[in-house]
Amino acid sequence: MRQKVEVPLHRLAHARSGDKGNRLNIALICYDPAFYDTISEQVSAERVAAHFAARQPGDVVRYELPKLFAFNYVLDRVLEGGVNASLGLDGHGKSLSFFLLMLKVELDAALLGRCADQRPQGGTRDPY
Amino acid sequence: MQQLVRIGCGAGFAGDRADAALPVIAELARHGGARFLIFETLAERTLALCQLERRRDAARGFSPALERMLPQALGPSLANGIRIVGNFGGANPRAAGARVSALARAAGFPSIRVAVIEGDDLTGSFSAEELAAREADGALLADRPRVVAANVYLGALPIAQALDQGADVVVTGRVADPSLALGPLMHAHGWDWTDWGRLAAGTLAGHLLECGAQMTGGYFADPGWKDVPGLGELGYPIAEVAASGELIVTKPAHCGGVVDARTVSEQILYEIHDPSAYLTPDVVLDITDVELAPDGPDRVRVLGGRGKPRPDKLKATVFVESGVLGEAEISYAGPNALPRARLAADTVKARLARRAPELAIRVDAIGLASVFGNLATSNWGGIDTPPEVRLRFAAQHARRELVELLLDEVEALYCAGPAGGAGVRRYLTPRLASASCLIERERVMPKITFVETST
Repeated sequence: MRQKVEVPLHRLAHARSGDKGNRLNIALICYDPAFYDTISEQVSAERVAAHFAARQPGDVVRYELPKLFAFNYVLDRVLEGGVNASLGLDGHGKSLSFFLLMLKVELDAALLGRCADQRPQGGTRDPY
Repeated sequence: MQQLVRIGCGAGFAGDRADAALPVIAELARHGGARFLIFETLAERTLALCQLERRRDAARGFSPALERMLPQALGPSLANGIRIVGNFGGANPRAAGARVSALARAAGFPSIRVAVIEGDDLTGSFSAEELAAREADGALLADRPRVVAANVYLGALPIAQALDQGADVVVTGRVADPSLALGPLMHAHGWDWTDWGRLAAGTLAGHLLECGAQMTGGYFADPGWKDVPGLGELGYPIAEVAASGELIVTKPAHCGGVVDARTVSEQILYEIHDPSAYLTPDVVLDITDVELAPDGPDRVRVLGGRGKPRPDKLKATVFVESGVLGEAEISYAGPNALPRARLAADTVKARLARRAPELAIRVDAIGLASVFGNLATSNWGGIDTPPEVRLRFAAQHARRELVELLLDEVEALYCAGPAGGAGVRRYLTPRLASASCLIERERVMPKITFVETST
C-alpha cells in the first residue's frame, strides 16, 4: 500500500475568491497537474460544504476544468448577506479563498516533492 | 499576416493606481495598428454613490476615478493614436463626457471626438413596481419603494458604433465590464453582433483585462509560494487579438508583475459561476475547454473559448436605501487581554440589549476571528493568550440614532469598561442594499451622442 501524508490544500493549490451578492466562488488551481486527481477525489462539493458548515451554506456546486488543472466552487449564501448587507469586515469573502486552502487532504507521499515549498523555484508551475 | 488589435487596461476599479495606465500607453505606442486603452472604474456600489452625488449637484455624479486617472493618461494616449473607452460616466455620462473634452483641450487636443453612451439608467423608464416585478433572486424590492439607482448592463454594440462614428474617447455609464474591450474589437475587426465564436474570444479578452493587475500578478502574491517581482510597479495587462479571435495576453516590459498560466487561470475563473455559461449582454461565454499555452516571457496564449447566442434579457442592478452601518473598535493588550476584551464585549451587548433590543450586534476579535468569523472559532474558544485583541462592534439599522447608541456604548468603555481599553475608533456609513433584475431588451435603448466642442 502506498504511503499517504496529510497536507493542507495550500501546499497543492492556489485560489482566488469572487463574489456576486451573497454567492461566493472560489477558483482552486493546482500548482502541479499531478495534484489534480487527489483534489478531484477528495475535495468534493460535499466536503467543501462541510468545511463551510458554520456559515450554513445553501447549494455548493463544483465545476471541473481539467484543461486548466482547476476547480471552481460556487457556494450559495455564505457571505452573511454579501458586501452590501454583511455586518462583517469581509462582505466580499475575499479572504475565504485562504480558508478553503486550510482544508486537509491525504496526499500520496511520492508526490510530496512536487509541493511548491519543496521545489527550488517555489510555486512556479512547469510549462504544459 | 493578420492585423492585431491591441487593448490595454489602465484601471480595474475606481480605487486603482492612478499612474497604472502610463506604462501601458508607452507599450501600446511602440506598436502600429488599432490600439485602445480601457478603464473599468464603476463597481456596483460606486455607481449608486454617483447617483447620490448627482442628486446633490446635477453637474457631478460621474466616477471619481476620472479626475484621478485621466488627466495624465489623456495626452499621451491621444498623441499616439490610442483611443480610450471607459465607464467613467457613472450616473452622469454627459457630465463626464464634457469633463473629458475639457481635459483634452487642456492637454492640447481641442478637437477630439468624445462619445457619450447613455440608456443604462432605468429610473426614468421603470417604476419601482415594474422593477420589483422583474427582481431575479429574492424580494428586496417588494416592500422598499426608495430606489436610489437602477442601471442595466449595456453591451459592446453601442461602444463599437461610437468608435465606427469616429470617437477618440468613449465614455459610458453601466456596461458589462468585458464589453469595454469587446466594443473596440467589434469595431476594429468588423465582427458582426451574431458572430458568437469571435464575440466569445473578445469577451474572454475583456474578462481577462477588466480587473487590471489581477491578471498580471496583482492580488496574487503569496511569499514563498507565488512570488511576484515588483509589486510596487506592476505592469497592467495588454491583450493582442487577431481578427480570427486568437488571443495572447501580456504586460508592458520593464514593469513588475508576472503573466503566466497561474495568474491567467486565477483571473479566468474570477467571479465565474458556471464556466459553461458566463452571461454577458453580448454573448454567453463557455470557458470549459479553455487552454493556456506559454508564448514567451510574460506572454500566454489563451485558446478554446466558445460562444453561444446572447441572453434574451439584460441584467440590471437596483439599489435601495437600507439604513446606516455603524462600526466601533477598541483594543486590549498585554496580560489577560482576551478576558478583558470578552468582558468589554459582554458589557456592551448587555447594555444594548436594554437600550436598543431591536439592534442585532456583531462583535469580532480582529486578529483572532474576524474575516473568517464563525468559520475560525465560535465565541473565540480554543484561543491561547494573544498579545493584543482589537474588538470590533458592528450593527445596521434604518434608524441612525439606534446605531449611534452602539457607538456611544463602545466609546464609554474608555472610562466605564474593563482596564486598559485603548484606541477607540467609530464610523457611520450609509448603507445601500442591492437587487438584480432581468430586463427585456426591447425596453432598453442605448443612445450615443457626441460632446459639442467649441472651436
